[in-house]
Amino acid sequence: MIAAMAALPQSVDDVAAGLRAAGYLPGGPTALVAYLATRLDKPVLVEGPAGVGKTELAKAMATYLGRELVRLQCYEGLDEAKALYEWNYRKQLLRIQAEADGAGWAEVQDDIFGEEFLLARPLLAAISAKAPVVLLIDEIDKTDQEFEAMLLELLSDFQITIPELGRIAASSQPVVLLTSNNSRELTEALKRRCLYLWLDYPTLEHELAIVRLHAPALPETVARKLVELVAMVRELDLKKPPSIAESIDWARALLLLGRSDIDAATFNETMSVIVKHRTDIELVAERVGLALQ
Amino acid sequence: MSLDEQLLGLGEQLRAEGVAIGTSELLDAFEALREIDWRERSGFQQALSATLAKSPEDRRVFDLVFERFFFRAVESAALEAGIDEAAAGGHDGGAAGRQIDLEELRAQIAQALADGDEARMADLARLALAAIGRPGDGSNVVGIDVQRIRRALGLRSDPQPDYEPGDPRREGLPREALRRFEAILRRELERAQIQRTMALPPSRPLGELDRALPSGPAADLAAVHRVVAQLRRRLATSGVERRGARRHDHVDIRRTMRASLQTGGVPVVVKYRPRRPRRPEIYVLCDVSTSVTSASVFFLSVLHALHDSFRRMRSFVFIERISEVTEVFERRRDFKTISEAISSDAGVADVSGYTDYGRVWSEFRVLVEDDLDPRATVIVLGDARTNGRDPRAEIFATVAARAGRTFWLNPEPRLYWNYGDSVIDAYAPYCTVFECWTTRQLEDFVRALSGATSR
Repeated sequence: MIAAMAALPQSVDDVAAGLRAAGYLPGGPTALVAYLATRLDKPVLVEGPAGVGKTELAKAMATYLGRELVRLQCYEGLDEAKALYEWNYRKQLLRIQAEADGAGWAEVQDDIFGEEFLLARPLLAAISAKAPVVLLIDEIDKTDQEFEAMLLELLSDFQITIPELGRIAASSQPVVLLTSNNSRELTEALKRRCLYLWLDYPTLEHELAIVRLHAPALPETVARKLVELVAMVRELDLKKPPSIAESIDWARALLLLGRSDIDAATFNETMSVIVKHRTDIELVAERVGLALQ
Repeated sequence: MSLDEQLLGLGEQLRAEGVAIGTSELLDAFEALREIDWRERSGFQQALSATLAKSPEDRRVFDLVFERFFFRAVESAALEAGIDEAAAGGHDGGAAGRQIDLEELRAQIAQALADGDEARMADLARLALAAIGRPGDGSNVVGIDVQRIRRALGLRSDPQPDYEPGDPRREGLPREALRRFEAILRRELERAQIQRTMALPPSRPLGELDRALPSGPAADLAAVHRVVAQLRRRLATSGVERRGARRHDHVDIRRTMRASLQTGGVPVVVKYRPRRPRRPEIYVLCDVSTSVTSASVFFLSVLHALHDSFRRMRSFVFIERISEVTEVFERRRDFKTISEAISSDAGVADVSGYTDYGRVWSEFRVLVEDDLDPRATVIVLGDARTNGRDPRAEIFATVAARAGRTFWLNPEPRLYWNYGDSVIDAYAPYCTVFECWTTRQLEDFVRALSGATSR
């Protein structure tokens, strides 16, 4: 563990190789930004369409660095009680009752606002961990702007101020990744504190490599055809274009079904793995189905 | 110039293009460069973009500016040092170029394009310039020369069945590769021009058109939404017409005194004056006819955004006649369902599909006559193309006179105003007309709008 802690990557190529070993094929600037994140101790804001591997990147980073992954899934209405910390009031009550007599007010008050009564939520847990962790704040765009503002202290100084306790500084330096589907514009203040990584759909060759990595038993010719078809489907104006995860699912589905080629019939049968809206299915069946015949 | 100064210069130019770069971003950029081996171009560019350009929009501007900035930096350094590639011997292709087999060259370039081999493209572009783009017979306008050379090379994206099977040109060349090849040609031509004239051409700001509002028939809704989302945020944070800002009620002294009689003259129960129903303050009229198809998607989403920010607002859409859609916007939150509802059941009375402004004004006047007061703002979104019908500017004038302020947003560039059936000048005396076809112009308008309503 100690060895893993000390082992910060020494070069961009190290990171690229490490991520690859963790089952994630970094494309374009991914490895470089990940490397900078570990060297500069700055959070990384990862944006891009749904399903291009933003969350996967965080998992792969955790595996590669040999760190624990602390994940905070954001949603509308998320507040600090669920993200930062909460006072364990049951325990506080018990404490007060246990010595109802005797102890003066001042003592009890001091007592019940100690770390002992603090429930650490993901963010506090991440910075107070003994060994450094990878902190993933997933879909930050789903929260309100107020929550974003609350994050600023954590992201720039790696500390949290608890009014009753004072400042809690990070005991270890986490690698922080924030992901966003760009459903709302994030504040400038947040962006300024982060490195920025834009992940887009991968190129043909890159996606082929990813599919081959996750479904090695699929013959290369089929994999290539699959990737080309997915690229074609993405070109169409769909409600939800297929993600990389769905290409992989499709590859696995073909393997399970034992198909050795994607012809029009196979495509129509298995299309629902990658296209998931009724209107989309009709459009894809029409356009791509024709191309296959 | 040292690298530091160059980077600061790059930052300056990015700011000039509207990318928000603070000192902290620049410091980050320097930090990042310290950590990586930046002698390689891609790493250098990636490290800078990770620290400087933090949205897809900014990223696009960054790539353009980066390309332009360092191209100019290299060329000006070369000029200073007096390096001339032609003199250095790399360019005796001028003579040799004539012996290059043009057919062979064409085939090779086509192959390189099909393979997407960037380095080879660059080499071949130089050869092609030597063979075809001899100085002297160029037009000296880079854009025209690029197209001339591309045509001479027979590079086309559509299939050319004359070629034998296996030749990439038979299927047509990939559009993306063609575009890249053109960019390389352009760079080489600019370099040649700089060497000829021994001076750098003036640096132009990125064309406004580059960032024009998305138009075209299948307007990119997502792009529209991004613009509008920004607009909405700006409106929400600019402190204008905050919801609930003036929530406090006025005490009705008379009724309070009367109620206090029950409690022996002590006013235990405080009575308030009844709250007046809110009066809509903004009236928006949006043209949704075919002549503004591309713009109306955009306008509708602007309407949508405005609805979120201004509570007192009534909206109307019109083609030949007018219909009110305030309710549609209030009932539904999602833009897509709204635009569907408007196009299907909001009942836009549309017989011919041609806008009839005269009729719209008279109907509008009937609809809102009693509500219009000097506190009202009327906004018209339309191109003022009447299809030859009577503009009835006098009715518009009476509407404008009753309202406090009247704005007109025209989605056409100023150049096209009053050409053909556009009659914007007939209305212009009664309202403030804004040209509105880029995001920046839209922002100007919103600033004008919110600046004066904040009273």
